[in-house]
Amino acid sequence: MREVPIVMTVNGDRQELVVPPWETLIECLRERLGLLGVKKSCDVQVCGACTVLLDDRPVSACTVLAFEARGTHVRTVEGLARGDELHPVQEAFVEHGALQCGFCTPGMLMATIALLEENPSPTAEHVKHYMRGNICRCTGYKRILEAILDAGRRLKDGG
Amino acid sequence: MGGPGGGAAERSPPARSMLRPFELAEPTSVTEASALLARHGDTARLYAGGTELVLAMKEGLIHYDYLVNVKTIPGLAGIRRDGDGTLRIGAAATHRTIERDPLVREHFPVLARMETDVANVRVRAVGTLGGNLCFAEPHSDPGALLQVFDATARIQRSGGERTVPLEALFVGPFETCLEGDELLTEIAVLPLSPRSAAAYLKFGYLERPSVGVAVAVTLDDGHVAGARVAVGSVGPVPRRMREAEALLAGTAIDGAGAALAEAGRRAGRAADAVSDLHGSAEFKEHLVGVLLARAFGQALAALRGPG
Repeated sequence: MREVPIVMTVNGDRQELVVPPWETLIECLRERLGLLGVKKSCDVQVCGACTVLLDDRPVSACTVLAFEARGTHVRTVEGLARGDELHPVQEAFVEHGALQCGFCTPGMLMATIALLEENPSPTAEHVKHYMRGNICRCTGYKRILEAILDAGRRLKDGG
Repeated sequence: MGGPGGGAAERSPPARSMLRPFELAEPTSVTEASALLARHGDTARLYAGGTELVLAMKEGLIHYDYLVNVKTIPGLAGIRRDGDGTLRIGAAATHRTIERDPLVREHFPVLARMETDVANVRVRAVGTLGGNLCFAEPHSDPGALLQVFDATARIQRSGGERTVPLEALFVGPFETCLEGDELLTEIAVLPLSPRSAAAYLKFGYLERPSVGVAVAVTLDDGHVAGARVAVGSVGPVPRRMREAEALLAGTAIDGAGAALAEAGRRAGRAADAVSDLHGSAEFKEHLVGVLLARAFGQALAALRGPG
């Protein structure tokens, strides 16, 4: 079976890999690269726990094939904080108590970043529509919504 | 446990993959893709976004020895508009591209809005219109709405091509009219005539739509000059409802209620509703009528303009 050479950056680091075409992105990120912040939950593109960004596109790593990341800049939750300094979106989630068990949080954070890069001043309705595909079974979403709206303000204020 | 700050070093390949092995082919022309399909027959399948295909393969429902990636063929993902207003969407354009495209938003706002509500943002970022249509999953939005724009499918193979009405593309659940070596390359969406507007409404509480109803209405001096109605998700394939359309044509707008109710009943029956996880056939037939009336009202409101 012919394998596929891919060159990509993952959280800023250049990666040159050779992957079989049937390897999923989540297998590649978790097992090859040890990025365990990419969570596997529903495994059918519904829950959003495995959300990562390929350039500016949020994707479900559970079903996207790894070779599709070639030539892209892959971003996962591991790339957000700078040392001990949290990313403004992470800060907003912490300060608003927008997580309980935390399993959905990496996907929530990555989807939020994609949303805010596309639309820096979303309304609550925009946020609800965009985040419809990220499921949380703990919080009831109210605090997540508040955190995302606040994260937008933080990013605009040069956070 | 994860590498600090994203500085991940390669460990080892996954011990066990979720997918059975297959060979990837990446053609750079339609001719080459068609030849690959012809050579490998039933063991090959076209692969675009993979949001449906890879999922079904992961579940073990289907397997192919060869996936032929259409995304490496240049020019299949574009969106353009002809001088006569016809919108041409490349089969490999993603839902997200269509949803955000300025031409689509300006000239076919109902199409843009429908795309905005397909699945979730991740599926839309990867899934393509052509893939959606060719997978022919009955519970789906685009196939119904596109039919009220009299959309056509451009189908190419090595050394030939044909264009079919979208209605003819759908043969049955998960089955299209494409021959083994053919590719859907473009969807043409025709502009509505003046004094026309379209609307699409759906209902569902699962990930996929349970019922979808599209209408396009043309007005002439207080009367319905013409109406197109298409129903999706309810039966095995999305289809036009010509009996309902005939009932609506010629009715006066004031007092269209009775014709609309009857059109809803006929469309419900003609939709060939099947009972499944989304609900009973009876329930879906009823919803077709409800959504038809609402969509009709929404199209009329659009025609009367804002305010």
